[in-house]
Amino acid sequence: MTDTATVDNFPALHQKIGDKKLVYLDSAATTQKPQSVIDAVTNYYELDNANIHRGVHTLSQRATKAYEQARKDIADLLGASRAEEVIFVRGATEAINLVAQAWARPRLCKGDEILITEMEHHSNIVPWQLVCEQTGASLKVAKIKDDGSLDIDSFKEMLSQDTVLVSVAHVSNAIGTVNPVEELCALAKSVGATTVVDGAQATGHMHVDFSKIDCDFYAVSGHKMFGPTGIGCLIGKYTLLQEMEPWQGGGDMILTVSFEETVWNEVPFKFEAGTPNIAGAVGLSAAAQFIRKIGYKTIHAQEQELLAYGRSVLEAIEGVTIIGTAKNNAGVIAFTIEGVHPHDAGTILDHAGVAIRTGNHCAEPLMKRFGLHATCRASFSMYNTTQDIDALGTAIQEAITMLR
Amino acid sequence: MSNLRELYLEMVTDHAKNPRNRGKVDPCSHIGTGHNPLCGDKLVVTVLTNKDVIEDVKFDGEGCAISTASADLMAEVLVGKTIKETKILFDTFHGLLTEDSNTDSVPRKLAVFSGVREFPMRVKCATLAWHTIISALDGNEGATTE
Repeated sequence: MTDTATVDNFPALHQKIGDKKLVYLDSAATTQKPQSVIDAVTNYYELDNANIHRGVHTLSQRATKAYEQARKDIADLLGASRAEEVIFVRGATEAINLVAQAWARPRLCKGDEILITEMEHHSNIVPWQLVCEQTGASLKVAKIKDDGSLDIDSFKEMLSQDTVLVSVAHVSNAIGTVNPVEELCALAKSVGATTVVDGAQATGHMHVDFSKIDCDFYAVSGHKMFGPTGIGCLIGKYTLLQEMEPWQGGGDMILTVSFEETVWNEVPFKFEAGTPNIAGAVGLSAAAQFIRKIGYKTIHAQEQELLAYGRSVLEAIEGVTIIGTAKNNAGVIAFTIEGVHPHDAGTILDHAGVAIRTGNHCAEPLMKRFGLHATCRASFSMYNTTQDIDALGTAIQEAITMLR
Repeated sequence: MSNLRELYLEMVTDHAKNPRNRGKVDPCSHIGTGHNPLCGDKLVVTVLTNKDVIEDVKFDGEGCAISTASADLMAEVLVGKTIKETKILFDTFHGLLTEDSNTDSVPRKLAVFSGVREFPMRVKCATLAWHTIISALDGNEGATTE
């Protein structure tokens, strides 16, 4: 189980909610930040703050070095074949929108199809709906099974010669299903489709190897992997990124500008118009180092143990139904409590110091698939313990006593 | 825990579990659909008015304990009220939920929601039915707490 050294790394976890110890079970929404990430951001602003890629002065050189080092760190951690394949963006949502607008929009036309799955987050649905509206392409949706796993047969059926792009979640945010992304990308490639994997819920929890998955684009959220908010990456195959036109214009993304003609800068700068979130990248770099130090293997083993224990505790409570019971699941448990609306559960659990997420989890179509408006969701990270899950179980019992 | 007990008073949980006014007024003069995007709850409120006076109110749909109890008790207190009185009462009720206002002027059946004040995230739950009925009485079909 967690050694206290790991928990001690996260200052926000050491506080009380009212008179109760905080039990943070909402890491799928955002992870807490280790001290090293907080320090990296603070140090950057205290010592190195400057704009990058321009100034010849010392601070600018330091800031530039730190920013580009962050790119290398992410490339190393997530298996990009070169640092230039990492484009810094605001988060996974912006990464997907970048692909939608800069890759898909100029290439798709009427009759083309985009394939997603029923378990996608709104951020892997809506950008494609926009592209469909803009190009006349249509959106196809592969079904999921009752246990929350992807129906591979449905996925295969939906794939055709018209499929130009496939975009799937690596891990479902709402129920935690882990998709076999390598297999799905290989299937997509067999019909010549370009592939996008939404890795927002993966990179904080399990080893991700961009080159091995062999997708064309991989979306990363910084704040869900112990980094600051407002920073994330799009990892893309270098040759594809080269072929693409920029999606935003501004400083840093150009080589030369005249009123007659402007020449784009190289990849990745072509996609990073304006002053980027330098402090965010520095923080993300510290997060990558933190993950390396602990190791994905340790993190994953810990979370799998919590998942198994959590499922057993929740299953034992009468009236609790777990939504999403796939074998290959991340540390996420979605559930409903008979006679207790998720919104009420959220309030009552918070009073017991237990932070969970309630609602539709930005996955309305998935909720509809299970015939639900909302669920409760407990999601784990490396800093959680079995005691946290016991606290969750006790708080659920309190909610039942209060409202049933 | 004391705050929580004040939020879920017995009258609130009782009306949430056993709402008396769930259903549809048929025929009705006004109908409205309320939606709380935060939790996905949807509510349909039907009203029958006679010359500006509310004769009957019912609500349908699934919601949390606070929104269900609030819809149910709203339906009880509004029967016999004019549309103008309804709007004034909503303003008073809203003040009860968001400001440290005096509960004396509020009907007892609405005063049970004063505990919501300590839970700003739940104000939308307590007001969903009210937003919906005001919208319906104004001749609009949809309401949202956003």
